[in-house]
Amino acid sequence: MSADVVDFRMPSLGADMEAGTLVEWLVKPADKVKRGDIVAVVETQKGAIEVEVFEAGEVAEILVEPGARVPVGTPLARIRTSTMAEAAGERPRASPEIVAAPPGALSRPQSLSAAPAGVPRREGGRVLASPAARELARSVGVDLAAVVGSGPDGAIVREDVLRSRATSEVKKPLGLDLGVMREAIAAAMARSKREIPHYYLQHQFDVTAIETWLARTNGDRPPAERLLFAALAIKAVALAVKRFPQFNGFWREGRFEPSAAIHVGTAIAIRGGGLAAPALHDVDRLSLDELMARLRDLVQRMRAGRIRSSEIAYATITVSSLGERGVEALFGIIYPPQVALVGFGTILRRPWLVGEDVQARSVLTVTLAADHRVSDGHAGALFLAEIGKLLQEPESL
Amino acid sequence: MNDTEIRTIFLEEIGNIAPESDSRKLDPAADLREALDLDSMDFLNLMTAIHRRVGVNIPELDYPELFTLDGAIRYLANQLK
Repeated sequence: MSADVVDFRMPSLGADMEAGTLVEWLVKPADKVKRGDIVAVVETQKGAIEVEVFEAGEVAEILVEPGARVPVGTPLARIRTSTMAEAAGERPRASPEIVAAPPGALSRPQSLSAAPAGVPRREGGRVLASPAARELARSVGVDLAAVVGSGPDGAIVREDVLRSRATSEVKKPLGLDLGVMREAIAAAMARSKREIPHYYLQHQFDVTAIETWLARTNGDRPPAERLLFAALAIKAVALAVKRFPQFNGFWREGRFEPSAAIHVGTAIAIRGGGLAAPALHDVDRLSLDELMARLRDLVQRMRAGRIRSSEIAYATITVSSLGERGVEALFGIIYPPQVALVGFGTILRRPWLVGEDVQARSVLTVTLAADHRVSDGHAGALFLAEIGKLLQEPESL
Repeated sequence: MNDTEIRTIFLEEIGNIAPESDSRKLDPAADLREALDLDSMDFLNLMTAIHRRVGVNIPELDYPELFTLDGAIRYLANQLK
């Protein structure tokens, strides 16, 4: 069993994030950690984020105390890794080359910050609160345990303390901070349109067979185990990029870096007008049932503001689907630094030629927005065709 | 279980999915998906919650009968008879 000590650093959680404040440690020295464990909460200008560790091992040393604001890339703690612990840990959730990326290189729209509603979560008796909130609570004599947090994960922020002190009026459920989210969408999309030379392709596919397959599959299942078409669409994209890697990865410092891992950013609409695209990890390796369970979990946590750092930073391609009441086609704007976005329109009943006969069939329009610095329309057309082919063979998913 | 109880449970579960909605203002004949902006994931979560709460396993083919509040109460009352 070999052991190594590695740094756990302040992650980059957005294109323009330069520094973050360590709000809270959820581990202490000598604690065992495994890949994917949430070890710290970091507050950025856009809200608090749960930060995961990508090493398995033991916490050797805490280097930064709660309350400290440090630049992206600053070592926060040291982790003693071990091959033993590794073997006991979970399957890797992010590809090594992505984890090892230089600080600041992983930029993502800051749309995931957001402030959720909720009760303060207590970890071992501690209340989740920002340093500013703690300081204020101390100075004005407010008991944090009695304050309802509006930060992610129910973390208490300064405003919550002020509100709690000022009034004891009707509790109003707080939603995500849609104003902040709108600003983040604006920044990311403006950057995309400014920097990425998009090209767009569109194709229609007859998906009657997969609809029938889905109805039959779900027919035997209780609601909790049913699949949605969105899960099939996401899986088809993940399998298709295995054959077309030029659509999966990042444009950084003037060149394309393909990603071995396939993490699909999934556009999720937030009630009231927000949008975020957190990542589902290693989609190509998940069964449809696993993928559907992850998707349900992700949508629920996203809407409640409980999102993890890896889900923000590591999407390698994005899928956007307008669902059953949307429009026929959508032309996406790529999330920088990704290089492609696949859009699924609403499945519509349409007249369609089957052989020489016109029949009523279920027709789906799939679109591709891709970065012309990385790929060309010809490859894009083949990529779209591959997605369509996979969607016509549900057994292959 | 009477209609009032079913209605209360159904509205509670809608409240969990669309917390900002005001059930008092909900038109019982309106399509819930339109009125409350429910997507397919929301609707599946609603069906899952109803299954858990009252034990009725609603097949996909019957979903359209539950697109309105009135329809949902009628459907569940029939199933729970």
